[in-house]
Formats: sequence, structure tokens, C-alpha cells
Amino acid sequence: MKSAFTAMLAGLLFGSGLIVSGMVNPAKVLGFLDLTGQWDPSLALVMVSAIVLSWVGVKVAARRSDPACPVDPSVKPIDKPLVLGSIMFGIGWGLSGFCPGPAVVAASDWYWPALAVMAGLLPGLAVAGVFQARERNSAG
Amino acid sequence: MDIAWSLFTPWHSLAGGALIGLAASLLLLGNGQIAGISGILGNLLTREGRAPWRLAFLAGMVLSPLLLWPVMVEVAPATVQTPDIDTQTVARLLVGGFLVGLGTRLANGCTSGHGVCGLARFSLRSLVAVITFMGAGFVTVALWRLINGGVAL
Repeated sequence: MKSAFTAMLAGLLFGSGLIVSGMVNPAKVLGFLDLTGQWDPSLALVMVSAIVLSWVGVKVAARRSDPACPVDPSVKPIDKPLVLGSIMFGIGWGLSGFCPGPAVVAASDWYWPALAVMAGLLPGLAVAGVFQARERNSAG
Repeated sequence: MDIAWSLFTPWHSLAGGALIGLAASLLLLGNGQIAGISGILGNLLTREGRAPWRLAFLAGMVLSPLLLWPVMVEVAPATVQTPDIDTQTVARLLVGGFLVGLGTRLANGCTSGHGVCGLARFSLRSLVAVITFMGAGFVTVALWRLINGGVAL
């Protein structure tokens, strides 16, 4: 029960951060990706302060050496799915101005472009899940 | 490249980013989990991935506009424009969304999981992912401009 409460609070803070920073606005995100037009560097600063504060969390978790905290990422190789998947994501991001977090938050406010993005995003996740399951079965 | 100083919102960006980082730290310390939105959504679509913490986190995100949207106009740096519904825009958003879902799950992460949490842990995989998806995003928007005679999305 306690863990569900902290997770919900974290989700609330996360969504609030996306709203305050303006990242729920696809025009703002596309302004960052628009290097050849009028470039808006805001997204880079969002990343900077988000990374610094998460890094603090990672440090505290490491000090607690809590076995529940997955501080060491399992050392996985840089493989084809990572690169190809990231290319697909980047194209979709550039076409829509939405990555998954802002899409969820803006769709929750019934912002129609975000609802359209979610209508494509959820099947995309499901299709990739089928691919991954097939890969695991053939590998194992 | 021209920097659009009139659109640049440094203080809102830093404050919003800090909230995002705080949320990621809280989830790591409180639940031992990574705040990766594509992973959370993808797992919620499967029976075995439907963990209470994922549902609770998603519920928090869904409720955040209710909490903040009333003050959105003052809080958020830019007023959100609502485009007219037309076939071309809907198709672009559907295709874009599909690629975002497919790609983030294949790559095991998006802007949050790789971009924020992964980079905070100095993960090389995450660095490669971030450089790749940002590069693809830059190229996509530039190509769109080129194809549409210099008109932005």
C-alpha cells in the first residue's frame, strides 16, 4: 500500500513536471527538434535538471545499497533493436511532437492530438511486445 | 541555426525538469523502479506486467492535469494550440504515435527511461539511444520542412 502511494506521488510529480516545463505542448518539443528553423533550446534544460536530480536519487540508492534498487543496469550490449527502435522512435517523435510521457498527460486532459498519438502508440507497444516475445522464444 | 529567444523558457524548463528528476528519484528510492514511461505502458498492456506500482504511477500521471491544468495558463510557458482536425494531421499523429510505441519498446526506453534515468546512471546503452532518437528527430523535422517547402509542422 505504501509502495503504491509513493508510485502515485511520483507519477503526479512526473506529470506536473511535464506540464510546468511545457513539454506537454508538442509545438515546444518540435521547436527543439527544428534545428533548421527557429530553434527553442528549452527541452535541453528540462533534460539537464531532470538528469541532475535523478542522479542524486541514484547516488542515495547506491549509498543505501538497497537490493531492491536496480542501480547497476544489467550490462546489455548495444544491439540492433536498441538502434533501430531508437531511429523509429525519433521519426515518430519528429512527426508528432510527442514522446510517451507527454502523450499520456496531454491525453488525460482530452487534448485531441495526444489522443490520436495514444491511439497509434498503444498498438505500437503491443506489436513490439509480440516481436520481443517471439525473439525470446526462438532464443530460449 | 537561429535561436528563438522569444520561445525559450529557461526557468520553467529547469523547474519542470527538477520535478521530473524528483519523481524519478522517488520511484527509485520508494519502489526500486525506473521511471520509464514506455516500459510502464508496455508492461501494463501485458497480464504479467500489471503490477500495482505501475498502475499507481500511471494514475498519478493521469491526475496531474486535473491538479495543474487550472493554473496551466500561468504555470506553463506556452499556450497550447489546438490544431483543426483534418485527415492529414490525424494520419501524421497516428503514424507518429505508432512509431513512438514500436520504437521505444524495441529500444527498451524513451525520453524518460533512457534520456533521464539512463543518463543519470551513465548507461552507455542509454547514451547511444538518446543520440540516435534525437538525431532521427532532428532529421525528421528538417526533412518535413524541406518536403513542405520550408513550412514547419
